[in-house]
Amino acid sequence: MLNEKKNKTNLYIALGLLVILYVFLILLDNVLPQNNFVLMLVPVLKKSAIYSVVCVSMNLLNGFTGLFSLGQAGFMMLGGYAYAIFSIPHEQHAAVYQYFDGGAIQFSIPEALQNVLGDFGGAFVGSIICIIIGGLVAAGVAALIGIPVLRLKSDYLAIATLGFAEILRAVFQWDGLGRVTNGSNLLRKYTSFSAMKIGNFKIGTLFPFLIATICVIIIVLLINSSYGRAFKAIRDDEIAAEAMGINLFKHKMLAFVISSFFSGVGGALLAMYQTTIQAAPFKSAMTYEILLIVVIGGIGSISGSCIAAFLYIACNEWWLRFLDSGQFFGLSVPFFRDGFRKVVFSIVIMVIVLFFSRGIMGDKELSFTGLINKIKARKEKKGEVA
Amino acid sequence: MNLPEGFPKDKKCTLAIENVTMQFGGVVAVNNLTMHIPEGAIVALIGPNGAGKTTAFNCITGVYQPTNGKVSFYDDTIVCAHPTGKAAKNYKGWNADLYKDEKEINPTPDQITKLGIARTFQNIRLWKSMTVFDNVLIAKHMRAKQNVFSATFRGNAKEEKRMREETMALLKEQGLDKYKDELATSLPYGLQRRLEIARALATDPKLLLLDEPAAGMNPQETQELAEFIKQIREKYNLTILLIEHHMDLVMGIADYIYVIDFGSEIAQGVPAEIQSNQKVIDAYLGVAEDD
Amino acid sequence: MSNFFEANLPYILAGISVGGQYALIAIGYTMVYGILRLINFAHGDVFMVAGLVMVYTTASMPMFISIPLVIIATVALGFAIERVAYKPLRSAPRMSVMISAIGVSYLLQNCALYFTGGLPQIYPAIPFLSKSITIAGATTKMVTIITPFLTIALVIALVLFINKTKVGMAMRAVSKDFETSQLMGIKINSVISTTFIIGCFLAAIGSLLYFSNYTSVVPTSGGMPGLKAFVAAVFGGIGSIPGAVIGAFIIGICENIIKGLGYTTFSDAFTFVLLIVILLVKPTGIFGEKATDKV
Repeated sequence: MLNEKKNKTNLYIALGLLVILYVFLILLDNVLPQNNFVLMLVPVLKKSAIYSVVCVSMNLLNGFTGLFSLGQAGFMMLGGYAYAIFSIPHEQHAAVYQYFDGGAIQFSIPEALQNVLGDFGGAFVGSIICIIIGGLVAAGVAALIGIPVLRLKSDYLAIATLGFAEILRAVFQWDGLGRVTNGSNLLRKYTSFSAMKIGNFKIGTLFPFLIATICVIIIVLLINSSYGRAFKAIRDDEIAAEAMGINLFKHKMLAFVISSFFSGVGGALLAMYQTTIQAAPFKSAMTYEILLIVVIGGIGSISGSCIAAFLYIACNEWWLRFLDSGQFFGLSVPFFRDGFRKVVFSIVIMVIVLFFSRGIMGDKELSFTGLINKIKARKEKKGEVA
Repeated sequence: MNLPEGFPKDKKCTLAIENVTMQFGGVVAVNNLTMHIPEGAIVALIGPNGAGKTTAFNCITGVYQPTNGKVSFYDDTIVCAHPTGKAAKNYKGWNADLYKDEKEINPTPDQITKLGIARTFQNIRLWKSMTVFDNVLIAKHMRAKQNVFSATFRGNAKEEKRMREETMALLKEQGLDKYKDELATSLPYGLQRRLEIARALATDPKLLLLDEPAAGMNPQETQELAEFIKQIREKYNLTILLIEHHMDLVMGIADYIYVIDFGSEIAQGVPAEIQSNQKVIDAYLGVAEDD
Repeated sequence: MSNFFEANLPYILAGISVGGQYALIAIGYTMVYGILRLINFAHGDVFMVAGLVMVYTTASMPMFISIPLVIIATVALGFAIERVAYKPLRSAPRMSVMISAIGVSYLLQNCALYFTGGLPQIYPAIPFLSKSITIAGATTKMVTIITPFLTIALVIALVLFINKTKVGMAMRAVSKDFETSQLMGIKINSVISTTFIIGCFLAAIGSLLYFSNYTSVVPTSGGMPGLKAFVAAVFGGIGSIPGAVIGAFIIGICENIIKGLGYTTFSDAFTFVLLIVILLVKPTGIFGEKATDKV
């Protein structure tokens, strides 16, 4: 029963930190001066919240169910497009779908709700509905793809899902569907994070965190449930799992569909963040990037994925920027030019993959009580030395 | 259903294997095997290495689809097959036409387990990254009344509690409770085998298939295992079919024995008969070359 | 029919040529998979690097020096990748090695991005290969004609090497059973290195031919041809060299005919449709062998 107490303490600490984080995000949007630091921090925070969702969803599949799937980018694209298509305001259709007669879908869910619930209410509830639609579209397509693909094993599964993601991308760029997807052109003018404000009170940064928190909590609950244990059994030994009455196809399908749902949600959030969406960047390179974040965080660790998502995005878009600037503490360093950051970055990743293959967290979860005990132990040690 | 001789006629037949043949390419691994396992009995399937014992298990449990033959569980046909297409052309076994007109039934292993047939593996297959407790708990998943939503959002709290309590009870009974939070693979070999049996029991089986449960055990452990198998039979009203090489164990606990060699049955009978059967002795020791 | 043929001749020619180039890359995939059971995701990027090396060497050296240099550099790169990124993971789960391959691919692309500054690099015209010729009314480059012949010649040489030499025998043994070969005293590391060297040598030649048909090299140039070559390898039955070559030609030709029919958007997607169809119908590919899991 000691464990239960520990778990409770952990839960309370986590909740407390979450509240502090939320308050901080609100302050960030509304009170804090918009200096350089804040201007760098805000997009990094938003994007890392989004990537957390996507990475955790990939971890559910690759880390917890042992299905090596590389279709994440495709499902994100589905979610992003579904979100965008249903939230472009009516009067913008002509401008957005200028090559396709204003498009086929002529309504916008946030707009329709704005008439009923007011500006903020409409945008908030409407975009949540659209995000869910994004997730459902991704999940639905995953269910269809899963029927043939989930019969395949390890690397064949990887390459088949990768293939499906590429096929989806081609379909979305096809002019024949242009009235819905706008062909290879951008979708834009839909509800983005900047619409999340009540008068002057903005929650544009809080919003992705709220959604991400909900998604991650749901996935954690799933993983710790009876079904999550069944997924892990499949990962550890398929034959034993099947012999113990776990229907492989059904459970693999569940993991695949649920993971895709959250990838779709992540894609929808990414669309909101970017304010425009296009099929072109949802390449296999994006999936690889997500996979590498999962590996850095530790395959089989949810908190690891979240931490790694933040570190990755922060390094990539902020902390390591100086490597591209040509300068280092005021000195001009000629090889610090565009792209050097990425080189350093990929070397770090290779080092992690080769020498620290367990990543930051391994397959453990972040435990605050554990952390506190460690710090205490260290302090005591220091005290002894002194 | 014709039960083997020497069994009380009022007993039901739990598992009937009829004319099962399993052919891989040109190799007939199991040839026309017929076995009847009466309710409540401990039946042993023995034979030299490579005789096809595990293959027979795999045909019963849905891991392989037999090339030909039929398996029934309490009068319900659970597996039925006959050679078709390419397999029919290359078929070397017997009775190719026997099940031609019957519906083919090719279940997956989880369906078989759901019917109440649980198994263990020759090369232990525990879930490596999981604790002893979780290994048993997962086997309860199959019969839990829940769906993915109720499980995720904890609408199944009662069911979950019941599963945990039953798991704990099972572990206690097997003497594994003190290891419950340890990794399954960190247990000593003998206990890993026990854990595998406990895990199989957690699926609430009526028939338990044990694939070399005493492999790698010393005589002392084997003796304990024999007692243990008898105990669980009483406690859970089980019927047991086991493959085993330890003759002490087999002769000590089996009510009836089938012996196969090169895929075919060479003898059957009660332990005393088998012990004195010349064919069996030859199969195990090899026949002396006569001039 | 003849009308269709005439109208599509340029596409068919281009298809055969591209098919040959894919084949040269696909062999690298199929041999590595045959031995290590690893999808070497970095192979396409090695191919791209070969293109870039050509760009940079020709800037300062005559062609007859730079071509051998490209081949040597590519082979060295392949060898180094295997030693640094795959060898330490020999006993790790297969997924780790695949992740390492993805990491190498990411590294190569980012290095290329750094060195090129993200600008497309104009590929030099190799005098003989880039000469224009006209066949049956269709104008094309010499490379289109040379590729299939060169490919087939190289494949025959390779098959002879694998079937007739001692190293080839060792390769076959290792691909059949890794552990047993090791126990039989085969030097597994040198066999694996040889495999990578051959694969990269062919990829280097493939890149000379492939990029002669295109004007420029960008860091992502290797991605798509790499994936397609891998699909070709799966299609032909992974581990089988003739299979990979046939698969590559089929993919190259089909893809170009699709372009000819005006569905350029789907020319890449088609490859993957083909992949999924083959995985469902015959997961082991045309010439693949069946592997079973022992229970």
